[in-house]
Amino acid sequence: MTLTAMIAKMSEGLGRTCAIFFLTLLFSLPLGLLVALLRMSKNRLVSTVTRAIISFLRGTPLMLQLIAVAYGPFYLFGATLLVKQKLLAIIIAFSLNYAAYFAEIYRGGIESMPVGQYEAAAVLGYSRTQTFMRIILPQVVKRILPSVTNEVITLVKDTSMAFTLAYMEMFSIGKQIATSQSSFLPFVIAGVFYYLMNSVVAFAMSRCEKSLGYYR
Amino acid sequence: MNILEIEHCRKQFDGNEVLTDISLTVSEGQVVSIIGPSGSGKSTLLRCATLLETMDGGSLRYLGKSAVRDEGGKSVYASAAELKEIRSCFGLVFQNFNLFPHYSVLKNITEPPMLIQKRDRTEVLETARDLLEKMGLADKADAYPYQLSGGQQQRVSIARALAMKPKMLFFDEPTSALDPELTGEILKVIRALAAEHMTMVIVTHEMAFARDVSDHVIFMDGGVIVEQGDPHAIINNPSHDRTIQFLSRFN
Ligand SMILES: Nc1ncnc2c1ncn2[C@@H]1O[C@H](COP(=O)(O)OP(=O)(O)O)[C@@H](O)[C@H]1O
Ligand SMILES: [Mg+2]
Repeated sequence: MTLTAMIAKMSEGLGRTCAIFFLTLLFSLPLGLLVALLRMSKNRLVSTVTRAIISFLRGTPLMLQLIAVAYGPFYLFGATLLVKQKLLAIIIAFSLNYAAYFAEIYRGGIESMPVGQYEAAAVLGYSRTQTFMRIILPQVVKRILPSVTNEVITLVKDTSMAFTLAYMEMFSIGKQIATSQSSFLPFVIAGVFYYLMNSVVAFAMSRCEKSLGYYR
Repeated sequence: MNILEIEHCRKQFDGNEVLTDISLTVSEGQVVSIIGPSGSGKSTLLRCATLLETMDGGSLRYLGKSAVRDEGGKSVYASAAELKEIRSCFGLVFQNFNLFPHYSVLKNITEPPMLIQKRDRTEVLETARDLLEKMGLADKADAYPYQLSGGQQQRVSIARALAMKPKMLFFDEPTSALDPELTGEILKVIRALAAEHMTMVIVTHEMAFARDVSDHVIFMDGGVIVEQGDPHAIINNPSHDRTIQFLSRFN
C-alpha cells in the first residue's frame, strides 16, 4: 500500500473524527455550565452529589467510561450494541467526561468574578438571571478561554479513543492498516493529522481570544 | 417629604453587632454626610439601605413605601416585586466604581434604563448623552472602562446611577480609591448635584467637603450614631470625646 493510498484511506475517517469532536463540544459546553451551576448550588445535597459525579468523571479513565457506556446496557439489560449506536455511546461518554472538566473551568471563572459586579447589577435592578447572562457569563467566557483551549486541544487527541469501540474514525482506520500492512507509517500519518487539526483549533481559539480583547 | 426612613436598624455578622439601633431620615433635597472611623459600620448601613445586605431588625421605607418592616424586633422584607419597584428609588455609587468592563461607557449607562425600566431607546440615549456632557465625558461614550482614569470611571458610574432617574443617591467613599489629584473632580460633580437639590447620603473622609456640601452630618462609631447635626457645628465644634478624637486626625 502506497503512502498516498494510506492517507486517502485514513482521510475517509476524518469526517467521523470531526463528528466526535464537534458533537462533544456542542453538548459538553452547555452541559458543563449546567453542572457548574449545580456544583455551586446552595442546596448541600445537590452540590455534594454533583461534586461526587465530577470527581468520578475526572478520576477514572475516559476509556473506561467509554466502555461502560457502550457495553453497560448490554450487560445490564441485554441490549445489543448496533453500529449506529457506537457514535451515540461515544458522544454520551465524551460529553459527560468533558462536561465535568468544563464545569470545573466554568466554576473557577465564575468564582473569580469580583462580587462588586453582582452588587452593581443588583442595585440597578437586574434580576439574578439577567445579572448572570449579561454581566457575569460574558466576562467568565473571556477569563476561561485559555483553559477551554487546553481542553479542546486534548479533545482532538482523545477522539482516537474511539478505536476502543472499533468505531472507524481516522485513527481506528490507521490502526487497522498498520496491522494489515505491518507498517508504522499510519501512526505517523495520524500524528500529522492530529497536529494539523490542533493547529486549526489553536488558530480559531486565538481568534476568539482576540475578538474578546476589546476590554480588560 | 421624606425620601428615606430607617428606623431602629440592627445588623449582626456572625454574632458581632455591627449596627445597633440606627435611625435615619432623609427628606427631599437633603444632603447627609456620614463620617466615622473605618469599621464603624458606615458601609454596612448603606448596604442595608440599598438592599445589598439584609438587616436583622428595624424598618426601611422609601417615599413612604415599606421595603422592610419591623415585627417584634425582627425585620420582615416586602415581596420581590415590591422590592424591585423600590430599588428604582435609589442609586448607589461604589468606592471602586464597579462599572461593567465589557460594556462601553454608553452601554454601561443605557442598558439598565432600557432593560430594567423598559424606557424608550431614543429617550435613554438622549439622557445618557446629556449626562456624559454634564460629566465632561462627551467624547468618551464609546470608550471602555479600562481606557479611563479612575476619576473618569467614577464619573461614568455616577452617570449610570443618574440615568435611572433615582429619587436619591448613596455614595460610599466615592473618592477613596482615587489618586489625591483626582478626588477634586468627583467632589465637584457631587457639589453640582447638591446645587441641583439631588437628595444624597454620602459616606466620606473629606471633612471640609462634608461640612460644605451637607445639610446634616452624622458621626458613627462602633455601629452607633454618636453625634449628628449641623455640619459646621459637628465638624468645627464637636461635643463628644470620640468625635473630637476622630476629627483631630484630620487637622
Ligand atoms: N460581610 C461581612 N462579614 C463579616 N463582617 C463584616 C462584613 N461586612 C462588614 N463586616 C464588619 O462589620 C464592621 C463594619 O464594617 P463596615 O460597615 O464596612 O465599616 P466602615 O464602612 O465604616 O468602614 C467591621 O468590623 C467589618 O469587619
Ligand atoms: Mg466602608
